[in-house]
Amino acid sequence: MTQRLRLDPIRCDGHGICAELFPEGISLDDWGYPILDPEPISRELLDHARRAVFACPVLALKIVDDR
Amino acid sequence: MTPLASPRATATWTAGPAGLPRVLWGLHHGDALTLPMHRELFAPVRVMRARDLIDATGQAGLRGRGGAGFPTATKLRAVADGRGPRVVVANGAEGEPASGKDELLLTRSPHLVLDGLMVAAVAVKANQAIIGVERTRPHAVRAVTAAVAERAAAGIDPVTIQVVPVPGRYIAGEESALVHLLNGGEAKPTVVPPRPFERGVGGRPTLIQNVETLAHLALIARHGPEWFRTVGTADEPGTMLLTVGGAIARPSVFEVAFGSRFDSLIAAAGGETEPVSAYLVGGYFGTWIRRDDVWGRRLSATDLRSIGAFLGAGIITALPQSVCGLVETARVMRYLSEETAGQCGSCVNGLAAMANRVDTVARSRSTPLMRDELERWSAMIEGRGACRLPDGAVRFLRSALGTFADEVASHQEGRCSATRHEVLLPIPHVGRDWGWR
Repeated sequence: MTQRLRLDPIRCDGHGICAELFPEGISLDDWGYPILDPEPISRELLDHARRAVFACPVLALKIVDDR
Repeated sequence: MTPLASPRATATWTAGPAGLPRVLWGLHHGDALTLPMHRELFAPVRVMRARDLIDATGQAGLRGRGGAGFPTATKLRAVADGRGPRVVVANGAEGEPASGKDELLLTRSPHLVLDGLMVAAVAVKANQAIIGVERTRPHAVRAVTAAVAERAAAGIDPVTIQVVPVPGRYIAGEESALVHLLNGGEAKPTVVPPRPFERGVGGRPTLIQNVETLAHLALIARHGPEWFRTVGTADEPGTMLLTVGGAIARPSVFEVAFGSRFDSLIAAAGGETEPVSAYLVGGYFGTWIRRDDVWGRRLSATDLRSIGAFLGAGIITALPQSVCGLVETARVMRYLSEETAGQCGSCVNGLAAMANRVDTVARSRSTPLMRDELERWSAMIEGRGACRLPDGAVRFLRSALGTFADEVASHQEGRCSATRHEVLLPIPHVGRDWGWR
């Protein structure tokens, strides 16, 4: 089972904390909004991804399980 | 009075018209067909079980006419399989300024659309029916309201139909936006899943169909799937409505069979009024195609896809050589950037930046760096919104940069090939609707 990041683009306000905490999987576009790496999150980086999810002030980020 | 719901299936269909028109059958000069006139022109809908209605729709191969082309039977089955009471919605929120087909059906043959809505209601066993009509087309709102009142007085419908005016925003007819509005919110898209067929109006399984799709459904429920397939192609059966405009002698809405010739359509519209350089196919989410590339083509999804074109909501606009395609592109990009719901940062900011840059390229000066930047932003915003607005705008813009590459080069040298500076594509201005509720 793989895990990926998913963003709610409506909730997202472009705070950018996620990209700071998980730069391996999240970068910011020209206007400060996150671009998610579509690849599965590797096991070693899962903690960083979770930290990014919990730190989002508007709960726009989550980790979803893929079939 | 013909009851639409009956436990007995029926084996025989009424003979349908041999050729065209189909959904435009019997249109009266400028006025809506009244209920008595409608009943004279059209045989009653066959009495059928819900399952047989859905099967007939599947055999007919009907696909949605709102732009996505999704198989209608699949949608019907998905909603019919839903839990709890179901809702059917006729989507008459046309949205595209250059499109006139939904408005034509609603103002001239509203009963055919409403018949289709009732057929859908029976098929999915809905107990709630709504028709959304773009409020910036008041003739359509009036015609539909009057038609619903006629039907209520005659007591012919199994479900009461509610008429809801929808804001005249480009994306208000997007399915999740329409559901959002009907649930008391703004006509702005929401994040899916869940999709409307699972949880829509009032949290219930909701079927949303474009009004033209419902008109076709109303005919399938009379004449059957074999009749439906007598025109069109095996892969794309039946007919569709196309709005033809621009440098055309008789701009209008035409009903054509899938697979018919592009040049025949233009001939039926009276031909081009002056030399044409390109056609915009598919409206403001569509693509600019060079005239020579599209002229010999057929009006089918497969044939058009081979030249990078998509029928979408069926709009074909001829760009004369005398008008600058880049200026028209800039006008549309500005419009699209103003039509964001304001919800997704990459779209709001991206479309604004792109509209500004295209404006510069079209009207002021053009450099290779600007072109690169437009492509960089296009790749940046694609797929990152809650709806398909950024994707449609990107597709439209990329097609412009490709089809008008020579013009881009001319602009880089400070030249423009246009000899006229009139506007071509319709962009709402006076009385423009800025509301979301």
